[in-house]
Amino acid sequence: MNRQTPRRLRKAQVVFADLNCRVMNWLPAPSDFRGDLRAALQADDGATRLDKLATLAQHRLSFLETIQLDRALSQVSVETSDFSRVRLAVLASSTVDHLAPAIRVAALRRRLLIEVVIGPYGQYRQDLLDATSSVHRFRPEIVLLSLTAREALAGAALTATAADLDAIIHRSIEELRVLWRKARESFEATVIQQTFLNISEPLFGSYDRLVPGAPAQFISRLNDRLAEAAAADAALLLDIERASQRDGLDAWFDVTRWLQAKAEIAPQAAPAYGELTARLVAAQRGLSKKCLVLDLDNTLWGGVVGDDGMEGIVLGEGSALGEAHLAIQRYARQLRERGVILAVCSKNDLATAEATFRGHPEMVLKQSDIAAFVANWDDKATNLRRIAAQLNIGIDSLVFVDDNPAERARVRESLPMVAVPELPADAAQYVRCLADAGYFEAVAFTSDDQQRGEQYAAIASRESLLKSSQSADDFLRGLEMSVTFGPIRAVDFARAAQLIAKTNQFNPTSRRHSLQDVAAFAASEDCLTLQFRLVDRFGDNGLVSVMILRPDANTDVLEIDTWVMSCRVFGRQLELEAMNIAVEAARRRRARAFRADFLATPKNGVVKELYPSLGFARVQEAEPTGVTRWLMPLEDYVTHHTHISRVSEWHENDTRHS
Amino acid sequence: MKTTHDILDAFTRILRDLLSDDSIVLTMSTRRDEVPHWDSLAYVSFIVAVEIECGVKFRVADVESFADVGAIVRRTEALLKPRE
Repeated sequence: MNRQTPRRLRKAQVVFADLNCRVMNWLPAPSDFRGDLRAALQADDGATRLDKLATLAQHRLSFLETIQLDRALSQVSVETSDFSRVRLAVLASSTVDHLAPAIRVAALRRRLLIEVVIGPYGQYRQDLLDATSSVHRFRPEIVLLSLTAREALAGAALTATAADLDAIIHRSIEELRVLWRKARESFEATVIQQTFLNISEPLFGSYDRLVPGAPAQFISRLNDRLAEAAAADAALLLDIERASQRDGLDAWFDVTRWLQAKAEIAPQAAPAYGELTARLVAAQRGLSKKCLVLDLDNTLWGGVVGDDGMEGIVLGEGSALGEAHLAIQRYARQLRERGVILAVCSKNDLATAEATFRGHPEMVLKQSDIAAFVANWDDKATNLRRIAAQLNIGIDSLVFVDDNPAERARVRESLPMVAVPELPADAAQYVRCLADAGYFEAVAFTSDDQQRGEQYAAIASRESLLKSSQSADDFLRGLEMSVTFGPIRAVDFARAAQLIAKTNQFNPTSRRHSLQDVAAFAASEDCLTLQFRLVDRFGDNGLVSVMILRPDANTDVLEIDTWVMSCRVFGRQLELEAMNIAVEAARRRRARAFRADFLATPKNGVVKELYPSLGFARVQEAEPTGVTRWLMPLEDYVTHHTHISRVSEWHENDTRHS
Repeated sequence: MKTTHDILDAFTRILRDLLSDDSIVLTMSTRRDEVPHWDSLAYVSFIVAVEIECGVKFRVADVESFADVGAIVRRTEALLKPRE
């Protein structure tokens, strides 16, 4: 506050500020919040103002600063911005108005603009069920249900049997599922259900866990069943109960605020709540990070291998610090298992760095775990660009972990789109910091995720084939590729929906479809759905492309509603072979032409010339929205020659597609 | 020692930030309905911001009974006074 602040006050301030910001400690502190905010609002044009506010949002902001930033955001015109936008309705059984600013600010941190509407207090049922409600007029793309456990708990007697309590829980959950369905049917909205905050005081003590009717135990069971229902119905969970266990209940619940304003989520938890919510929304939009880039010296091991030698670095059992560095390696390995790509970016001689991976007996990470291994003396921003290019992923999907504050600051300065956690000085806290940052928030876990590590390892083998090939044609022939294809089946729904959600580059329209939408397209007699898997001699790339065609009003024209392809298989002629296959399937259904829309985004430049190169002609000038429309009569289509052989999954008895 | 004046200054700054209105000047006798946009939501936010910035925790009886800014200042002063 000021110089006269008494010692006791200063001490108390530190404690409170700590509690308030602990959950955001991977973000760097702002150097001059007021000055930066003023500078942002005084910038010349709307786009720069928004950019500067987004950069400020990437800092650790206090409760009050979060509100200030949100107010500044409301003064900036976002009409011409290229940030993605989402409409979110929060329907609640307690006061949640105080959470909206933090949700918007956390979204801004991801260059995402969330328009938040808060339903009237306690009226979440009417809001969803009544077609004339304000929520219906808003047409949310995402519905967040923020409910307290009080209603369910009111019916649960302490003496009730486990079976009676299960029946109560069942009724509560079934009621929620009706609301989830309603949100989907009415708005095709994605549903996010908040877990129940367990604010019950102990009644028996530790014995609570053995009494089904004890409030704490009841809520715990309610949350278990909620998770099962969410899995069955593909609703997303906003797990604030888990967050409150991690941060401590006091960080999330303040009984005075409940009594004063019926706010179950404490206002000081708003920044954390906003962050968790924006994370989920971003994950659903394919904006989660994809690749963890690791520094080596004093990050993966203690010491500097170039100076200390392989024998001199601190790593492994027997040393507390060595075990701390093992822990970050283990965590990286676990992330790889769930589909995160690993890369190394280090200032070292390549030979020294590689020798440590090969030769140090305590290394958990192996060189084969690393999809892109860059060790040289160039600056790290240049190397991060190389890594993104080599892996063919957006530079904004990188997370860069480095113990050196100067390197971090430099990367943040030159590559603001790369996430750089503010690693604490203590190596023991590295894992917690990285985990808390939630960069890799997921909304699914598919078999493709589990194989991604191998798939990226195979990229290195293909690169060396490319180097030894005389020509591009030689290279493609040498890959011995085959495509397995067919309609999208039930087993493919999760991966197809994930690919549609996550693909930003090979995506001509950036249209997104939920798992339910994909299932509906696949079930429709009128729609043609296709999935493609590409195998080559280095491995199976998995399900890498999805096409959804739906009939136009003029039914002998099929519109390419969605066509996405994983960046792993760019430049492999799969788009040509996929179009060959789609045309053949469409001809069998006696379609006359394909129609397709293209909408340029900052990320889909790779498909800018896709439709003209496949033989489509432009039929309409750019609308004000920037969408161009393309048409191709199927009789004009000349089958493209490719180096991909075919394995069809078309079944003879599948009359729908015959 | 922190004076009444210091606390009032801090409160003015907090409310200015909260409502983005630099014309606000709080006095001991200012009432909530005299400040534009200081609604019930902004009141809760103000109390929370004061608690965080000043390192105090008001009682539930306090937050219900504050009649004017002076009452909040006096309560803050009392909470900050070192216990004998």
